[in-house]
Amino acid sequence: MARKQINPNRMELLKLKRQLVTARRGHKLLKDKRDELMRQFLDVIRQNQALRRRVESLLAGASRQMVLARAVMVPQVLETALLAGRASLSLSVDTRNITSVNVPVFTAPFALSGSLENLPYGLASAAGELDQAVTALNQALPAMIELAEVEKTAQLLADEIEKTRRRVNSLEYILIPELKDSIRSITMKMDENERGNLTRLMKVKDMIVSQALEKARLADAAAAREQA
Amino acid sequence: MYQVGVIGDRDSVMGYRALGMAVFEAVDPQDAAAAVDELVKAHYAVIFLTEALAEAIAPHLQQYRDRRLPSIIPIPSIQGSTGFGMRQISESVRRAVGIDLFGHDDQQADSRQTDHPQDDVEES
Repeated sequence: MARKQINPNRMELLKLKRQLVTARRGHKLLKDKRDELMRQFLDVIRQNQALRRRVESLLAGASRQMVLARAVMVPQVLETALLAGRASLSLSVDTRNITSVNVPVFTAPFALSGSLENLPYGLASAAGELDQAVTALNQALPAMIELAEVEKTAQLLADEIEKTRRRVNSLEYILIPELKDSIRSITMKMDENERGNLTRLMKVKDMIVSQALEKARLADAAAAREQA
Repeated sequence: MYQVGVIGDRDSVMGYRALGMAVFEAVDPQDAAAAVDELVKAHYAVIFLTEALAEAIAPHLQQYRDRRLPSIIPIPSIQGSTGFGMRQISESVRRAVGIDLFGHDDQQADSRQTDHPQDDVEES
């Protein structure tokens, strides 16, 4: 790993140590977040699968009915019947927060139920097959709306988990080792300097002592000569 | 209030008109992509799209994936399901977990994953 060029001084060391502490805390937090997201995600994805299976089978049924309706009805009549449409379907959208991921919650303003009463066209003009088809679709509608909500939630959670996982990994495998490495290299460098300093001091001390000894010896010699 | 849109070939989508959804007919992928953009601009909350079209313009839909709205949901066309919707769910799982937990086609993951620690979460 290419180490960054850093000045081996105490201030740098302190800074790096603080960074390491922060990085470790961030790593732990993100890991917790990832685990929690994953737990939520697994619930949602299971729900998503079940719902999709249900919606697909409901819609398959509705499609069969629709094919029948098309077979027995004049296309123009069919078109007109369907065009008669009813008040457009609108949803209110709320936001739910799952571990800091904002996911939508759809609610339909009226009860979504599949009953013949709310067929949008006159029963006389259309064949019974169409009623069946529209009723079948109507029955699928609540599940479809729920699917829209759950599937979006699953997608958003999946993306967030992916992002969080990347962050956790980059902290764990890149930033934290790099910081540790830098700290180690600074400590080593500082220790080395310390040792160098110590030996230099010892050397200087030796020199001073030997100089002093020399001086004392000369002084002794001079004194001895005088006495003699 | 937000609306709900449906995009697809005429036969597949005309029924949804009776449910009060806004129906847009599109046969080729370009039309579908344009319609999706249009609906996103108009702040639709949910856009149902037939699976074949959704698959054809999947790269185009990617840009809306991480937005809260709209929710773009593939639905089977009148010919039946192509399995794209289910594959998309597996794709989500793959993104989140890093491996394909549920396997590609709807079948539950096979033995090659049995030694994975996440194994206990496999079946729904």
